Amino acid sequence: MKRKYLSAPYLIWVVGFILLPLVTIAVSALMDKNGSFTLENILSIIDPINRQALLLSLGIAFGCTVICVLLAYPAAMVLKSLHLDKKGFAIFILILPMWMNFILRILAWQMILSNNGVLNLLLGKLGIGPLHISNSWVALMIGTVYDFLPFMILPIFNAISDIDEDTIEAARDLGAGSKAVFWKVILPLSAPGMVSGVIMVFVPAMTSFVIADILGGGKLQLIGNIIEQEFTKSMNWHAGSGLSISLMIFVLVSLAFTMKNDLKDKGTTVW
Amino acid sequence: MVKLKKALCKGYLALIIAFLYLPILMLIVLSFNNSRSRVTWGGFTLDWYVKLFSDSRILDALETTLALGFGSAAIATIIGTLGAVGIQAMKKRNYQVVMAVTNIPILNAEIVTGIALMLWFVRFMPLGFTSVLISHVTFNIPYVILSVMPKLRQLNLSVYEAARDLGANNSYAFVKIILPQIWSGILSGFFMALTMSMDDFVITYFTKGAGVNTLSTMIYGEIRKGIKPQMYALSTLIFVVIFVILLITNFLPDREKQQAEQSLRERKAY
Repeated sequence: MKRKYLSAPYLIWVVGFILLPLVTIAVSALMDKNGSFTLENILSIIDPINRQALLLSLGIAFGCTVICVLLAYPAAMVLKSLHLDKKGFAIFILILPMWMNFILRILAWQMILSNNGVLNLLLGKLGIGPLHISNSWVALMIGTVYDFLPFMILPIFNAISDIDEDTIEAARDLGAGSKAVFWKVILPLSAPGMVSGVIMVFVPAMTSFVIADILGGGKLQLIGNIIEQEFTKSMNWHAGSGLSISLMIFVLVSLAFTMKNDLKDKGTTVW
Repeated sequence: MVKLKKALCKGYLALIIAFLYLPILMLIVLSFNNSRSRVTWGGFTLDWYVKLFSDSRILDALETTLALGFGSAAIATIIGTLGAVGIQAMKKRNYQVVMAVTNIPILNAEIVTGIALMLWFVRFMPLGFTSVLISHVTFNIPYVILSVMPKLRQLNLSVYEAARDLGANNSYAFVKIILPQIWSGILSGFFMALTMSMDDFVITYFTKGAGVNTLSTMIYGEIRKGIKPQMYALSTLIFVVIFVILLITNFLPDREKQQAEQSLRERKAY
């Protein structure tokens, strides 16, 4: 038996449960209620309400990605500088939170940030506040950054750890100061890790709807919330499919700018 | 000066870790809180842990979550491992096409994956446990393939050929030679799949239909009426169990891992 036939079950699965569902949603997006062809569903992304939601989603995703890079890079550098003999520890710390249910963790943030929550209690003791950030975009941003930060730290940490110490030492021997070593050696060599991180943060941050549901207090509508409501509340499946397809095209276009390396850093080494 | 810089660095890392663990700490504290209110401390109690074990709705959801997690991870591991072995033997072009498709479930927005699967399922089957299981397998397989693939690339094929030359048949040589070499990749793929399945909400939400509830969808349904404190207790228990398992597997000196690392180092030295 030839080895490549072993992949037959997987290929059947790919066709049956990855490709055909995508065809189905595309077909549904191109149909109106009576079953005739229309582009209206897909183009409805530019309706004022949907467009506003899309722009807010983009803004949140962009801000979240930038904040995540800024927070994650130094954290990855410090993790690396601890010279742990096992890579496992860093990954352990970052994966472990995923085992506390994600909706509960976001609900915990709601309690922390609420007007009479833990944060304001602490600030009150210091004589500051109270801050009114619950149900605002600030709370939404905090929750989004919180949820996706590990997916930024992990790939950057892996990329920095994989840099050969000899390369850094060679740079030092040739007279580079620590600033030059960082800008000319470490940063360029860890760029692929940053790209993986950006991909793993930007797309889910843009398309999530649960975080906005909980921390936005129903006032902030992301494009994910609108799509979800088309399916669960207004029961307009064709419109929902159309928006999903537009969202997918949008995501693919933004990925095309950053892609080209496959995702090998999704934190599997912890196990 | 250097010392101060080091302390600042460590302090920064501690802040990041505190940020990641603050809500978890909060939930653990709430599981011992003798008050239904989420903001006031009513004293220490183990009541919620006791009540948890007589709450059949939560226990049902836990059972569904575990069945989905282990079931989908097992199926995904088998299909994914065989798939990876097969894909690796493909010609370069087919290889690239299949790997590109493999990335779709990881890269695509979860909400789109969930809705696409739901629209597909309703054409020929009722939504229920099976449809959720199939969906979980679908988004789990890529994680298995991506963690088995690197091990396959490091594989020492000459040992396999030697075994064949010495009379081992194809499947015997596969089990005895290939499998042990890629085993760690298979295991990490399995646990990654389990983690993803247990933490999933969006895809389950769209493909589950009425009557099926995982812990995630149950919690989501309770947001407006308020979460039962038993749920905090259950989450704390799950968290502690995983914490202990991870601690043991990662930090106890285990021989097999050390041997693997040793052989890896030797190979790098060549």
